[in-house]
Amino acid sequence: MDQFLNLTLNGLSSGAVYAALALSLVIIYQATRVVNFAQPALALISVYIAYAVSQATGSYWLGFGAALLTGLVLGAATERLLIRPVHGRSPLSAIIVTLGLLLVLQGLAGMVWSNEPHSFSYPLGFRGRFSASDWFALASVGAVALLLFGLYRLTPLGLRMRAAAFRPEAARLSGVRVGLMLTTGWAIASVIGALAGMLAAPPFIFPNVLDAVFIYAIAAAVVGGLENPFGALVGGVLIGLCLSYVSGYAGPELTTLAALAILVLVLSVRPDGLFSRPTARKV
Amino acid sequence: MVSLRNHESTGQGEQPRRASAPSAADRWRALPALVRFPLAAAAAFAAVLALTFVTGPTGDLRIGSVGYYMLAIAGLQLLIGYSGQISLGHGAFMFLGAYTMALLVLHQPALPLWLNMLITVVLSCAAGVLVGAATARLHGPYLAGATLALAVGLPSVTVRFPELLGGSNGLAFSTRGAPPALAGVITNTQWQAAAVWLTTLIGLVVLATISAGRLGRRMRALRDDESAAGLAGVPVGRTKVIAFVISAGAGGLAGACQAYLLGTATPSSFTVTLSLSLLAALVLGGLGSMWGAFFGAVALVYVEVWGEDLAHALSLDSNVANNLPIVFFGVLLILVILVWPQGLHGMLRSLAGLVRRGR
Amino acid sequence: MRSRIAPAAALMAAVLLATSCGGAGEVQDDAAADLDVSTGVTENSIKIGSHQPLTGPAAPGYSQISIGAGAVFDYINANGGIHGRDIDYVVKDDAYDPARTIEVTRELVHSDEIFAMLGGLGTPTHSKVVDFLNEEGVPDLFVSSGALMWNQPDKYPLTFGYQVDYTKEAKIQGSYIAENMPDAKVGYLHQNDDVGTDSEIGLEQYVAEQRVAVESYDPGNTDLGPQISALKEAGADVVVCSCIPAFSALAILESASIGYEPQFVVSTIGADTATLKGLLSEFAAEAGNEDLPVEQLLDGMIYTGYLPSITQQDDPWIQLYSQIYEEHADSDRPITNTTVYGMVQATMMGQALMSAGPDLTRQSLIDAVHEQDWAGPGLVPFSSTENDHGGFAGAMVLRFRAGKEPEVLQEAMVTDNRGGEITTAEVERPAPEEVSFFGE
Repeated sequence: MDQFLNLTLNGLSSGAVYAALALSLVIIYQATRVVNFAQPALALISVYIAYAVSQATGSYWLGFGAALLTGLVLGAATERLLIRPVHGRSPLSAIIVTLGLLLVLQGLAGMVWSNEPHSFSYPLGFRGRFSASDWFALASVGAVALLLFGLYRLTPLGLRMRAAAFRPEAARLSGVRVGLMLTTGWAIASVIGALAGMLAAPPFIFPNVLDAVFIYAIAAAVVGGLENPFGALVGGVLIGLCLSYVSGYAGPELTTLAALAILVLVLSVRPDGLFSRPTARKV
Repeated sequence: MVSLRNHESTGQGEQPRRASAPSAADRWRALPALVRFPLAAAAAFAAVLALTFVTGPTGDLRIGSVGYYMLAIAGLQLLIGYSGQISLGHGAFMFLGAYTMALLVLHQPALPLWLNMLITVVLSCAAGVLVGAATARLHGPYLAGATLALAVGLPSVTVRFPELLGGSNGLAFSTRGAPPALAGVITNTQWQAAAVWLTTLIGLVVLATISAGRLGRRMRALRDDESAAGLAGVPVGRTKVIAFVISAGAGGLAGACQAYLLGTATPSSFTVTLSLSLLAALVLGGLGSMWGAFFGAVALVYVEVWGEDLAHALSLDSNVANNLPIVFFGVLLILVILVWPQGLHGMLRSLAGLVRRGR
Repeated sequence: MRSRIAPAAALMAAVLLATSCGGAGEVQDDAAADLDVSTGVTENSIKIGSHQPLTGPAAPGYSQISIGAGAVFDYINANGGIHGRDIDYVVKDDAYDPARTIEVTRELVHSDEIFAMLGGLGTPTHSKVVDFLNEEGVPDLFVSSGALMWNQPDKYPLTFGYQVDYTKEAKIQGSYIAENMPDAKVGYLHQNDDVGTDSEIGLEQYVAEQRVAVESYDPGNTDLGPQISALKEAGADVVVCSCIPAFSALAILESASIGYEPQFVVSTIGADTATLKGLLSEFAAEAGNEDLPVEQLLDGMIYTGYLPSITQQDDPWIQLYSQIYEEHADSDRPITNTTVYGMVQATMMGQALMSAGPDLTRQSLIDAVHEQDWAGPGLVPFSSTENDHGGFAGAMVLRFRAGKEPEVLQEAMVTDNRGGEITTAEVERPAPEEVSFFGE
């Protein structure tokens, strides 16, 4: 029973990370209909910047701030420079551009910081069955979700962003600067991605550190439904818990197969994810 | 191989005929597909064989690699370029093919190579039916996500069954080389490269014939507008699954060729990176044309090599040199999409057009 | 034109098909390669090749090995080379992907025309080229892996193991535990490949009665939480960790995090204390405001070793290697035991090439390796005789102590990887100036 509790807590804290990264994918998907394969690389660079700043200043939290700022800038720049030019082309173009960016950024990280792992600390203490850092992960992801909900539902900016994403033509006619709104969406998403990176990376960072997390985040986003930020959160926690149980009771090599099984199971019942809104997509 | 250019898009064949006497190219085009494709493939085979006489053993291996990658990418071309379904998991079918080949060679050594290849195709098509049927209802990113999970998840079965599948160290085996009658004429590595290319070209002829025929037209209709195609009487679900099955067969066969060429099947060769590289190479080469598969495969094999040579030539810091090839490939991907959206094939074609008009 | 090529090619294809009707797996034996050649050797250079994971998931840690070896070769060259020849050390990146290993190895052998292979890294990778190297007659020295398969002189006469194999090492660990901690409950934590299975075979010979849990980890999954908590649940007081460095560090951190304090017994592959300290360094200064010096985390860790450790500052070999690293290495990272691993390989290569004499052929190198008296940097005897290509034949048992030299718990012992006894070994360790690994 104790083991069950351990696995549950363990799954919750990794689930929070998957949820955060899935959330950033969903926000970008909502804004521009792009599955952003460069998301782990944007987060990776943010984490490396945090590492460099922390090393230079000796303060974890300055690094943390630098990471979020880097995420913001990188997200906006990616949308402006790489995604806007392929807007309206086949979804494949955007996938390939983001894949290309993933390779470039991972390679650059290796060039600057080498492929050797660096020690990277947790935000708070890591001791305890559910440590201060685990609490921090859960709380920060929860806070982000609330903030997002508030932003989208309660502020004029959020309204404009939603309008730009769902009805770009109508939004443009009513004076919304659609391009700026899409860039904002990418920037916000990448800040969340950077947060996910900061939570996922410890105890070590190296160029491939976020690869596995990213795969589970995609699985979480698809399970939850790419149209729904709430779905991403539930999907993330669900995947985190399931993988923890599978790893603990059946063996760690089965976690990727388990992710596949969950995906197949959910999608065979609900092809658009658990929490997709009914849409008039097809005849 | 010139002929393969013909079926790259629906409207290509209706160019206005010039009034002059039919040129050799026109006469070539007038041949029926069933004659033209095999002839072109035979010519290509001769060219590859000739090439292996000047390249040496390392070159043979790379030529063979271009062959099997080309087959896998061509299968993906049929799925993505023609039927419009995005799969991020074709490495999984290569994995399946490679292990089928390895197990057959290890446990049924008396079976001839061609039969092994045939068994692999049948098995991978069967897997394609399963996956295709399970994912037929999925669209766009959901299909992409599910296939990605397949590519990540499947190779871990090897760790679960280490006795049979060799665990994470994989399987190693040797295959029969060139027949003794040809000793001194042709080396083992040339022989292997030739066998891979023969398989690849047979596969390509099948793929090209399919996409030039009725099934190909249906797929393209589906890709351009699913609802309209459905209204026009195209069986949507069935055509999608068939496209998936055919491309799975091509992927499996490519995996079998890889295993045969390298004498190994190992899970770490079939990571998600492989699946994504295949997709990237496809787009890099050019969507919608079998030539795109060729250029994509060449890029996949040689960008790495050139990147390393470049790093050596510049005598860079080791951190920079080690990561140069992947940065190089990434930049190439981004540039091609932004500057030449039709891929390398489209780029070369428009360059050729410029030259022709300039004359 | 085309009409003539095409039928010819079709004919060729038909021949190919017809003759390929023989069983694909029925391989004829080739004649043994000619070893009386000096491929890769010129008047003033010897080309040595290696395949290493310089990028990709296995690069962290292991990319240090070739930097170490390269630094030693650079040092050798700066001091006049070997019998007047410089070492040209060519390292190719295989990203730990066997398909790439095969490609770069063929490139090394056929295009670069190396004289010998040194320290090709990894079991899944090197196992795919060991046949090829032996068929081509390329000496394949000091494979960087503890798998048992390198020691098959009949099948692979040119391949020589290097590090102590996993079963031998586990037997020494097991017997130490059985003797010194007979009442402890023992848990195994190991990698889910041959590292794990070979280690388990060795451990079971001695501590089967004491074992309470066997947990494995997958190198692709860095979440060790479930495994560590299962070991804690089972009440294991001793955890034998047959892990690579990143996972030893994870295991130590994860245990510290849930307040579980077993006695760790770590295999050499994962016990590079310098690397571990690097990996855990952040948890010294900050650790979320907890005051936890990194050495404290490692203090008391028991590990096995067969090479001098970087913490042994008085060791003349370590002093030499530190100096070489400073002057010749192309790296801004501190020297680690993994670096030393590569440096010892290069030193031993130098010893063998010196013994092979100025008239260097592949056969003379192999003969020299068979005859070599390996007294040098290693802490345990090294076997490379005609009938035993096993490499380091055993290990010492040591305990890491914070801020001090490691404590030797058990002197060097040697054994075999089957049911044989464990015996004490006499080791002679001459200082660097007494060992000839470069010069005329």
